[in-house]
Amino acid sequence: MDFEELSLAVQKGKAKQVRELVNQGVEEGISIEKILNEGLIDSMAVVGENFKQNKIYVPEMLVAARAMSAGLSILEPLLTATGVKPIGKIVIGTVRGDLHDIGKNLVAMMMKGMGATVYDLGIDVPDVAFVEKAEEVGADIVCISALLTTTMPAIGDVITEFEKAGVRNKYHIMVGGAPVNQAFADSIGANKYTSNAADAAEVAKAYLESKYSN
Amino acid sequence: MSKQFTKLAYSSVDDMIYGSCPNPVTTRNGLVIGGGEIYPEVNFTLPPMHITKDTMPEVLSIYQEMIHGVLKKVHELHAPGLVVEFETLPDMTEHPEWGIQIHKLLRDTMSDYEAKYGLKSAIRMTPNDIREMSRPPIMRSGKYWEAMVKTFEGSAKDGADFLSIESTGGKEINDEAIVNADLRTSVFALGCLAPRDMAWLWTNISDIARANGAISGGDSACGFANTAMVLAEQGFIPKVYAAIMRTITTPRALAAIENGAVGPSKDCAYENIYLKAITGTPISSEGKTAACAHFSPIGNISAAVADLWSNESVQQVKLLSGFAPVVSTEQLIYDCRLMNVATRKGQTKLMRDLLVESDCYLDPQAYVLRPDVAFEIGKEIVKTQDPFIRTLNTAKLTLDIIKKAVDKKELVIEERELNWLDILESQLDEIPEDEEAFIAEMKKEVDSSKYNPSEYGI
Repeated sequence: MDFEELSLAVQKGKAKQVRELVNQGVEEGISIEKILNEGLIDSMAVVGENFKQNKIYVPEMLVAARAMSAGLSILEPLLTATGVKPIGKIVIGTVRGDLHDIGKNLVAMMMKGMGATVYDLGIDVPDVAFVEKAEEVGADIVCISALLTTTMPAIGDVITEFEKAGVRNKYHIMVGGAPVNQAFADSIGANKYTSNAADAAEVAKAYLESKYSN
Repeated sequence: MSKQFTKLAYSSVDDMIYGSCPNPVTTRNGLVIGGGEIYPEVNFTLPPMHITKDTMPEVLSIYQEMIHGVLKKVHELHAPGLVVEFETLPDMTEHPEWGIQIHKLLRDTMSDYEAKYGLKSAIRMTPNDIREMSRPPIMRSGKYWEAMVKTFEGSAKDGADFLSIESTGGKEINDEAIVNADLRTSVFALGCLAPRDMAWLWTNISDIARANGAISGGDSACGFANTAMVLAEQGFIPKVYAAIMRTITTPRALAAIENGAVGPSKDCAYENIYLKAITGTPISSEGKTAACAHFSPIGNISAAVADLWSNESVQQVKLLSGFAPVVSTEQLIYDCRLMNVATRKGQTKLMRDLLVESDCYLDPQAYVLRPDVAFEIGKEIVKTQDPFIRTLNTAKLTLDIIKKAVDKKELVIEERELNWLDILESQLDEIPEDEEAFIAEMKKEVDSSKYNPSEYGI
């Protein structure tokens, strides 16, 4: 299998070709981890970089992400069998009373693209559901979003739930949404605020790399 | 359908100007919208806080502080008139008594200022569309719709002048279409689902308005085209897609006027320019003075034919000069004052054209808001009464207009946009011109867990 060919297929969103190349790589005995990291994740990193440099738009990234997922679906059972872990686990959702999910979905998509396993709780999520899911899956990061000034305080309520459960320090909590800023994040005891989806993915990746390199 | 539009409301594009329209609207206290002057429309909202039964006294106190500040400024600056928009937050619509109580506080304070100082003002009541709280949304019954009806009725009984909404029919499938720049699904949402919901919704709102002496105002495709505009502004989706999203919300918007609304249509509905060209009803708009709420590439051009000029919304936060709603009010008053003086000096068209030309060549979303383009699009829309065909043909025409403008080097677009002109064209080419066939195709394509076709009667 040609890694450059696989990378181009991911970047252009050619899901069928990605599936074929990944299958070919597996049959040729290339290590699963190498296909994942150097074939799929590195290709998505190129896509992310093109986006950051204003060369492409989100729809092009989504097509690439779907192509990557097509390849990943072949690798996932093999990864489990060989004990290879994702780069991290992330729980994400929009707070209770808030129905906005476009920004949250973009963050989830970009985090999947960097190789994390993302558990998307959706919209109007009860405070305690963030805690329950994070505990259930052993998450590394919890991402909480709100778009309205009147739902923004619920982000703080979610963090309070983590504190009440005595598990606050187990998780890196990232927050975002139009009315949110770093000062607000600091005031409610969140670990990090990011203003857009691309930054959120980058910050999450840096955190996970730092966490697992120690 | 009570009205049909088969031709434009104007014979010449030169006649379509700000502050006046062929079918002005007069409030109970005699404020005429579209009768010659442009007035400010101020909207304000709470700072970050919970809204509960326990916090309602504080909520009311903040609204009281905001409306007093705004009206005092309007009085001090001798503004000839004012519209205040009260847009409820989800909690206030779910608990109609809260929204009605806040509206009454605002309405009564505005009446006090009129009695004391002769300050003519009107209030637009805009309950938010909470039908989408059910997933998939339940559009025509259920507790959310009932709460909305109570809010409309209660506020109309208490003297609301205009009833409005930013309705969300079709949004449940359009959200995903936007991030994918998927014009095919957007045409389905805006051409097939939304007009059906709008016709039903605005028949109901207009009935409530008639029964209670209020005016059936108008809608906004905020959740569709403005979401696209904001994502384009952030560099997430192509601006050419956002520009087409803007124009194709018009057939949807028209359904409100066809079913009883008379204007002024909502401030954030930038599609209002096409609506004004077709129906001659007054419109509200927002641009540079709404930067407190969101950025846009259409800060000036959006004022070109407005009858009300709005700040969209601003939180009660303290700035150096004072509270933000008062700051917004002052800015809007000065914008309107300048435009009204231009009118009194016989320079309305010059002012309009300056507003247009300062924006229109720099972004496709501004280009499609040119009055001459609005005329071209309006003429295309009134050729048929079929909302789906109107939507599809508007999309094709808009794409053609943008392509020609790019070819003529009249319009600046980024390199990465060029590719999208072809992608969007091929998306449109694949849409059949028969609505029934298109709906059948889309029923197979669209995730059926996201919407309920029967709520739209399809």
